[in-house]
Amino acid sequence: MIAKRTIPLFIAALVGVLMIATYFVPYTEKWGADAMEMFIILAAAAMVLGAGNLLLLNLSKISNRQPGWGYAGITLTAFFVTLIIGLFKIGAMPTSSAATNAWTAPVVQEGSPFWWIYKYGLVPLTATMFAMLAFYIASAAFRAFRAKNVEATLLLGTAFIVLLGQVYAGVWLTDFLPTLESYVAGFPAASQEFVLAVGMQVKAGVPLTDVVVGGVAYANMVGEHHALAIETNNYIGGWWYQLLNGLRLENLTQVILDVPQKAGNRAIMIGIALGIVSTSLKVILGVDRSYLGSAD
Amino acid sequence: MSQHDTTHAPKATGGGLIGWIVGLLVLVVGMVVAGFVLDAGQVWVVPETQSYVALGGTADAPERWVASASEAGQAAAAAGTVVVASSWETVTELPAGAADRPAAAVMSWNRTIGVWLAAILTLCIMSFLIGDNPFYKTAEALVVGASAAYWMVYSFYTGIVDKLLVNLWPGLVRSWTTPGLADDYHWHWIYIIPLILSIMLVCRLLPSGGWIARWPLAFIIGATAGFRLLAHLESDFLLQIKGTITSLWAVNAADTFAFWPSVSAIVILLSVLACLVYFFFSMEHTGLVGKTARGGILVLMVTFGAAFGLTVMGRITLLTERFDFLFKDWLHLL
Amino acid sequence: MLNLLRNLDRRLIFLIMGLAVAIPVLMRFEPPSEVTMMDQNVFDAVQDLPDGSRVLLSFDFDPGSQGELLPMAMSFTRHLAEKKHKIYFMCLWPLGEPFIEDAMKLLQEEYPHLKYGTDYVSFGYKPGGEAVIKNIIVDWKQLFITDSRKQDLKEIPMTMKLKSAKSMDLLISISAGDPGTKQWIQYAATPAKLPMVSGCTGVQAPLFYPYIPDPLSGLLAAIKGAAGYEKIMSEHYPDLKTPAFVKSRFSSTAAQQRMGPQFVAHLLMVALILLGNVIFFIDRSQGNA
Repeated sequence: MIAKRTIPLFIAALVGVLMIATYFVPYTEKWGADAMEMFIILAAAAMVLGAGNLLLLNLSKISNRQPGWGYAGITLTAFFVTLIIGLFKIGAMPTSSAATNAWTAPVVQEGSPFWWIYKYGLVPLTATMFAMLAFYIASAAFRAFRAKNVEATLLLGTAFIVLLGQVYAGVWLTDFLPTLESYVAGFPAASQEFVLAVGMQVKAGVPLTDVVVGGVAYANMVGEHHALAIETNNYIGGWWYQLLNGLRLENLTQVILDVPQKAGNRAIMIGIALGIVSTSLKVILGVDRSYLGSAD
Repeated sequence: MSQHDTTHAPKATGGGLIGWIVGLLVLVVGMVVAGFVLDAGQVWVVPETQSYVALGGTADAPERWVASASEAGQAAAAAGTVVVASSWETVTELPAGAADRPAAAVMSWNRTIGVWLAAILTLCIMSFLIGDNPFYKTAEALVVGASAAYWMVYSFYTGIVDKLLVNLWPGLVRSWTTPGLADDYHWHWIYIIPLILSIMLVCRLLPSGGWIARWPLAFIIGATAGFRLLAHLESDFLLQIKGTITSLWAVNAADTFAFWPSVSAIVILLSVLACLVYFFFSMEHTGLVGKTARGGILVLMVTFGAAFGLTVMGRITLLTERFDFLFKDWLHLL
Repeated sequence: MLNLLRNLDRRLIFLIMGLAVAIPVLMRFEPPSEVTMMDQNVFDAVQDLPDGSRVLLSFDFDPGSQGELLPMAMSFTRHLAEKKHKIYFMCLWPLGEPFIEDAMKLLQEEYPHLKYGTDYVSFGYKPGGEAVIKNIIVDWKQLFITDSRKQDLKEIPMTMKLKSAKSMDLLISISAGDPGTKQWIQYAATPAKLPMVSGCTGVQAPLFYPYIPDPLSGLLAAIKGAAGYEKIMSEHYPDLKTPAFVKSRFSSTAAQQRMGPQFVAHLLMVALILLGNVIFFIDRSQGNA
C-alpha cells in the first residue's frame, strides 16, 4: 500500500513543490534543471511504452482474429520495418566529422532508407490526412451551419467577414471605401508622391509636427507643401476616414481579431489558467489521485 | 433537433464493386499514360562523391577529418600523412520538371519510385471521400505503424542515447554515435535515477507488477503540475489581466487623445468582464448579471466566428499543398 | 430543385471543393496579397535587430502543417540570412527536424558564403516539450551536449560562449500545436523577457492574439501572414522576385501562390453557408420545421 500509493503521492508532491520553488529560489534552479533532464528521459522512455502498447494491441487483434486483423498485420509490418531501419541506421552514410562511422549520421539523413520512408511514406500520409479536413469543413458548412438565433447569426456574420477579409475578395468587395492610395489618386500627379509620404507617416501615428518628407521637416515646409501636409493630416488622421477605412473588409477583419476576438480568447484563457492552477494544486497536495489508477 | 435544421446526409454507399473496379482501371490507365507522356514522377539528381581524409588519430580511431579536395587534404596526401581516407556517394535533387538539366544528371530510380508511392498513398487517403475502402484502411495502418516507429527511433537516439547513456557511459557513446564528445566528459551519478525510473515505466507492460510504473508516472505528473501551475498563472492570468486593465484614455505619439484606440481599450475591458461573468456558473444568470452574461455570450460568438474563419484558411492550405505535390512533383503539370 | 439541394450528396460537395482548389492551382491563379500591420511588425522585429544578432528559430511543426508553415519558415531563414544574423535552429517536434535540414540546404544553396558553425547551427530535436524550454532558459549546455551533427558545443564558434537561451536577441517559433508558440511564451518569453515573434497555423492564431503585443510583438497568422511576409521581403530584397528564387525548390513566393486557391475556396465556403441557410429559411417559412 505504501509503495503503491503513498510513495507515488510523495514523489508527485516533492517534484511539484521543487518546480514551484525553482521559480522563487534561484538556488534551486539547478535541481529543477536536473529534474527536467529526468523528465526528458522519461518522455523518451514513454515512447517505448507507447510502442509496446501498440504491439500488444495489434498482436492480440491478430491472435484473436478480430475484424480487421489483416490491417493490424500491416501496422506491425510497417512498425518493425521502420524501427529496424531507423534503430540500426541501415543504409546511413557517414558525416564529414566522422567519415568512417555511419552511426554519427543524423536520424533522418537525406538519401538514407529511413529518410525515404519519412519523405515518401510519412509525409504524404500525414499531410493528406490533415488535408482531408478541408472537404469535411465544406460539407459541415453546407449541412450544419444555420442562423437559427441571434448568437448563431452573429457567429456566421463574423465568419463571413473574416472569410472574405482574409482573401482578395474582401478588398474587391469594399473597394469603394477610401484608402490612402485612393485619397492620393485624387491629387495632381506632381503632388501625389508628397501626399503619399505624408499620409504614410500620419497613418503610422507620426504627429504632424514630426513629419519629414524628402529631408524637409514639417516646420520648414512652405507654400503648397505646407497646406497639403495639413490637409492630409486632417483627413487621414480624422475619425471619419478611419471609420470608413476601418469598414473595409480586410481592415474590419483585423479589428475583429484585435478587439472582440482577443477579448473573448483572453477571458477563456483566464478561465483555463485558473482551472489549471486548481488542478495542479490538487495533484501536488495529493487531493487528486486519479493518475494512480484503481485503489489497490 | 428538427429534421430540417440540417440538410439530409445520404448514406455513403461506396458506389458498388463495379464502380470501384472501373474507377481503379481508369486511374491505372491514367497513371500509365502520365508516366509515359508527362514523365510523371521522374526525379533527376546530380551525383556527387564526398571524399574525406583523416589527419590525426589511428586507423581505428581517426580524428580531424578534412575534405580531400581542401588545401589541408591535398597537402596531407602529397606528404603521405593521411591516416585513413573515406568516400561515399550523395546526390543533389533537381527541382521537379526542370527543363534544362546538367549533363551529369541521372534519373534516380529510388526517388522516382518514392514519388509514385507518395502519390498513390495520397490518392489512397483521398479515396475515403468516396467511402471507406481497403485502400484507405491500408494507408491508415501504414501511417500508424510507421509514425509510432519513427517517434520511437527519434526518442531513442535523442533521449535515451543523447541524454541517458551519454551521462552514464560516455565512453560507449563516444565510440558509437558521438566521437565529437569531449574527452573530459564524465559520467554523472544522478542519471541512475532516471534509468531506474525508465525501467519502472516500461514495467507497466507486465501482466503483474505493473503498479511499479506509478512511481515514474507520479514524477511526470508532479513535474508537469508544478511547472504548468506557475507558467499559466504568470502568462495566462496575470499578464492577461495586465493587458486588459490599460489606460482607457489612449494617447498617440503627439500626446493627444486617440479616439479609436480608446474605444478599443474600453471594448476589450468590457468584453473580457462580460465573458468572465458568463463563466461564473455559481451565480444565477438573472437581472444585471444575466444581461452581462448575455453580452459575454455575444462576444464569445464573435470569437468563435473569427476562429472558424481562420480555421477554414488553415484547412484549405493543407489541401492546396497536396494538390501542389500531385500536379507539380508527380504529374509535372506546373 | 429545392429537394435536390436538400438531399445533396456530400460527395458532390467534396468534388466541388476539390475543383475549387485544384483549378486555381493548375491555372496558377495568384491574386494580389495584402500586408497587415502584424506582418510588418514581424518583419520589423527581424529587420531592426543589429546585423549579427543571435536568433533562436524553432521549427515546431510536422508534415501535416507544412503547407502553411514551411513557406514562412523558409522566409524567416532567408530574412535572417540577409541580415547576417546568427541562426540557432532547433525543434520540439521529431517530425520537424527534416525541415531544419531543408532550411540549412537552402542556406547552402542560396547563401553559400554563410558557414555552418559560424553563421548557423542546428540542435535538432529533443523530447520533453516544455521541459526542453525550461532547461535551455537555465543552462543550454546541460541539455545539449552536442549539436545535431554530434560536434562538441565547445568546439563550435557560435556555441562556445552560449550559456542559455536568455542570451538570444530574438526568439522565433513556427508552431502547429503543442509544444510550440504557447510553451515558448509561457516558459521563455514571459519569465525571461525574451523578445519574440511567431508564425502559426490558422487554427492556432486566435489563441495567440491575447499575447500581442506583450510578450509577442508580432504574429504571422496562417498562409495569409506568410504571403504578407513574403511580399514585404520581396519589396526589401528585390532579388527574391527573380526566377532563380521563385522557381527554386523552396520558392520565395510559395505562400503568395497558395492564396489563389484560398480566394476561390473561401468564396465557395460563403456560398455553401448561404445556400444551406436559404434552404433552412425556406423550409421554416413553409412550416416544415
